[in-house]
Amino acid sequence: MAYKCVVLVKQVPDTANVGTRTMKEDGTVDRAALPAIFNPEDLNALEMALQVREQYGGQVTVLTMGPPRATEVLREALYRGAERVILLTDRQFAGSDTLATSYVLQCAVERIGECDLVFCGRQAIDGDTAQVGPQVAEKLGLPQITYAESILTLNRDEIVVRRVFPLGQETVKSPLPCLLTVVGSANQPRPPSARRMLAYKLAAIPSEYPALLQRWPEFKTEEALDRYLVERDARIPVWSAADVDADPDRLGLSGSPTKVSRIDHVVLGGGESRTVPANPEGIAALIRELVQDYVV
Amino acid sequence: MSGDREVWIFVEQEAGVIAPVSLELLSKGRELADELEGRVVALLLGNEVENLVEQVVHYGADVVLLADHPELELYRTLPYARVLGDLVRERGPYIFLLGATPTGRDLAPRVASAVRAGLTADCTALRIGDYEYRRQVYPDLLYQIRPAFGGNVIATIVNPETHPQMATVREGVMRMGEPDAARRGAVERVPPQFEELDVAVQVLERETRQPTCNLRAASIVVAGGVGVGSREDFALVRELAQALGGEVGASRAAVDAGFVSPEHQVGQTGATVRPRLYVACGISGAVQHRAGMDQSSKIIAINTDPEAPIFQIAHYRIVGDVKEVLPWMIRACRESAN
Repeated sequence: MAYKCVVLVKQVPDTANVGTRTMKEDGTVDRAALPAIFNPEDLNALEMALQVREQYGGQVTVLTMGPPRATEVLREALYRGAERVILLTDRQFAGSDTLATSYVLQCAVERIGECDLVFCGRQAIDGDTAQVGPQVAEKLGLPQITYAESILTLNRDEIVVRRVFPLGQETVKSPLPCLLTVVGSANQPRPPSARRMLAYKLAAIPSEYPALLQRWPEFKTEEALDRYLVERDARIPVWSAADVDADPDRLGLSGSPTKVSRIDHVVLGGGESRTVPANPEGIAALIRELVQDYVV
Repeated sequence: MSGDREVWIFVEQEAGVIAPVSLELLSKGRELADELEGRVVALLLGNEVENLVEQVVHYGADVVLLADHPELELYRTLPYARVLGDLVRERGPYIFLLGATPTGRDLAPRVASAVRAGLTADCTALRIGDYEYRRQVYPDLLYQIRPAFGGNVIATIVNPETHPQMATVREGVMRMGEPDAARRGAVERVPPQFEELDVAVQVLERETRQPTCNLRAASIVVAGGVGVGSREDFALVRELAQALGGEVGASRAAVDAGFVSPEHQVGQTGATVRPRLYVACGISGAVQHRAGMDQSSKIIAINTDPEAPIFQIAHYRIVGDVKEVLPWMIRACRESAN
């Protein structure tokens, strides 16, 4: 009773930790200063898939679409336990909105072949749209179970899942295959394993070979490095639009019905303000003032 | 032309009660349709929900498309998406709005994908305007305005070439108009046709609870961030809220840290509040938080870091430790109450 699992993940700028250091003088965010991280709820999705594999057997394949740098999250997925990772990258993907992105992901999942469960995080912290999961499900013709917190039962024919909302919860039963979007409260993602970090230390996509050769000159040539990685299952496959047989008209800007018409930076307001002494007298005076002004 | 300038509103209902955001959207849809000289079409799905038609009309619908079917009793993605997708394909609306509730955010992308429409999530403002793209002017598009990038920017999104222009809209940001009992509208029954897979997912159990807090209606909000320190210390935030007769709010980080339940979250991914007084305790003031509270009339910020961004929008700055300052504040409030 083994399950083929595919996990869709995204590398995102760490928008949750925008502090004073990552703000520019004009009060806007300095995107370049934000570190790129594994989208938090995608880690919960990966963990859920790994637990399915541990309990029932199967395979976990992790797929990401992004620039070559997104290989970082694929290495992290290998360290945490995925056995297969794939990078979807192509200049034609640039500028894709959620509709175009979900189309590319559909093509890639179809190229992977038969699968029983597709996992995604509920939403990514850069866009917070929560759209790609349901859109991939629709394109693959699969039922979707959004806000999934735990799998209660799983067998060949069906899955029972608890879904959670801010004001309630629900238990649903779905036939397989299906797609789940996983919430942050689902589990505690396991840390990278030291053993796997060693095993996949050099895991790379071919465009990273020149940089790797600088650090590991003993390989001498890219061919030698490539042979070494292939033997250890550590060459990360890269798929282009053509590799997944995607229709170019449905990719990138031309495949995206939504256009960004303008962007306004949020600038911190500079209203009148005053500093209240941080002592019991200062606080008591403030409260008296607020009472007098009918604020409280 | 069929569907020309129709503004569609999905009316979300559970157990015969319409979600407030749907009424807000009927009011907003009315405004947009008037500007476009079009009409508001409401989509009402459920089982034995015909009695809701009148209310939907009173809030602004010209036409109600009613899909009444036992399979639509409880919300499930696939049968609802089937009904909406079929209707969109058949009638080609100009604009289609849904509430950004858990249901709306589950349903809208499924429908948008099926009809290959552009969809913008969690809008906080909507306007009609022109757009120029590749030397062509597209008049009267829907400007879909939303915070993006963790709330650090405000993006205006348009769908120039495809209809419907779809968006989910955040709860509580559009003004709900007064119902007009004199309004008249038409009802059209649209019998659903389901395929086998549409009804294959079953709801075994559903529990909903009443909100334990009503942040949006609160005139005083006392909110805590990770700077409060711990789940235990968060009791101080509750105590001050109680002393001031306000509601408890929280930053996303405090919710993520488990100090308090998600329904208390204020900010881009939580509630938008405009209280008379907002007390930010140990909240650094990430833009995603400020997006939900910067319209408050008076803001008191308490933080140990004098450089914390929250101080840039605060009216009263208290540089100090929440664990010290809050007890003083609680005592001062109780004394002033006596």
